[in-house]
Amino acid sequence: MTKDKPATVQVKTFADHKVITQPNPLRKVLRRVADKDLDDPIARAEKALAGLSGEFKNWMSVEADRLAAAHAAILKNGFTDSTREELFRAAHDIKGDAATFGFPSAAAAAESLCRIIEHAPNLDEVPSDLIAHHINAIQAIVRERTRLDTVSTANELSRQLRGVADEFLMHANRDRPEHLEAILAPSIAPGD
Amino acid sequence: MFRIDFNKLRFLVCDDNPHMRRILRTLLHSFGAREVYESEDGATALEMYSHYVPDIVITDWSMPIFDGLELAQMIRQPESKGNPYAPIIMLTGHSEKRRVTVARDAGVTEFLAKPISAKGLYQRILNVVANPRPFIKTKTYFGPDRRRNTANAYIGPERRLGGEAEVLPQPSLLDKARTTV
Repeated sequence: MTKDKPATVQVKTFADHKVITQPNPLRKVLRRVADKDLDDPIARAEKALAGLSGEFKNWMSVEADRLAAAHAAILKNGFTDSTREELFRAAHDIKGDAATFGFPSAAAAAESLCRIIEHAPNLDEVPSDLIAHHINAIQAIVRERTRLDTVSTANELSRQLRGVADEFLMHANRDRPEHLEAILAPSIAPGD
Repeated sequence: MFRIDFNKLRFLVCDDNPHMRRILRTLLHSFGAREVYESEDGATALEMYSHYVPDIVITDWSMPIFDGLELAQMIRQPESKGNPYAPIIMLTGHSEKRRVTVARDAGVTEFLAKPISAKGLYQRILNVVANPRPFIKTKTYFGPDRRRNTANAYIGPERRLGGEAEVLPQPSLLDKARTTV
């Protein structure tokens, strides 16, 4: 869309690598505006996102149902490559999306569940209650979202789940330093 | 001050989650983009990449068939017939620092950890438009220069050989603009 003519690529060769510099093909989409320009694309986008918020509760319910279905498949068939993968994907999606949908505590609980799935040496040896409590907590947070007194409860629930999960993971990985390092590393997610 | 003419940009969005695709589409359209193509897996995204020749790719990491990391590696094929230089923004729920390193080594241009925000996405797009980095080709890597800063105080083994002018920074339009104001 932004390429009217082929760009001239400059290649500089060194002993074991090449540095390739091409004229910026996207340069023409940048335009200078006056400092007093009132157009604010970020504010416009935030407003549009707020316009979607009426759908967030329903979207979150769909995500929570998917997680419950993935858990039900594990209870029925045990951990296989496909059941593990689906549980992780469902939890990982909630981890990434739930805060945007207005459910940050569900995101935190889902992150804790993702860490268990990623770092437990053997998922069959993870206490089944630990996984079930994460699933139930996420469903409860989504279901009870409309009650004003549930926010602090949800935060506390997620915090305690994470504490128990971390304690389990640190013990289970005490002889696996690379996993311990990953478990203890700070998150780079915005807002953390 | 600079603005991006989003209506001149073509985006390819790749995410298996329909809700996240809707969010991304909403944000990009609000910024002013008109051409936003979507795929729900890496394989379809690669086909669409060849067909629509997007200016910017925004991809999730975890996806079926092949994931965002593999998509980036397939786009960054220096001998391919397509464009191996398009900016790739990885938008992902993975929030560990080591993931950033892995994505960087696959040729990803920018990394954006979820939860997504309008500001975060806009800044990443502005960065790839206004501050493109030169590409580096070695035996094991082809992609944007992974050195964003030149650390004069660095002490240790050099991974690159070949003299002083190892990095040829492409002039930043923003810096250029600042010096001409």
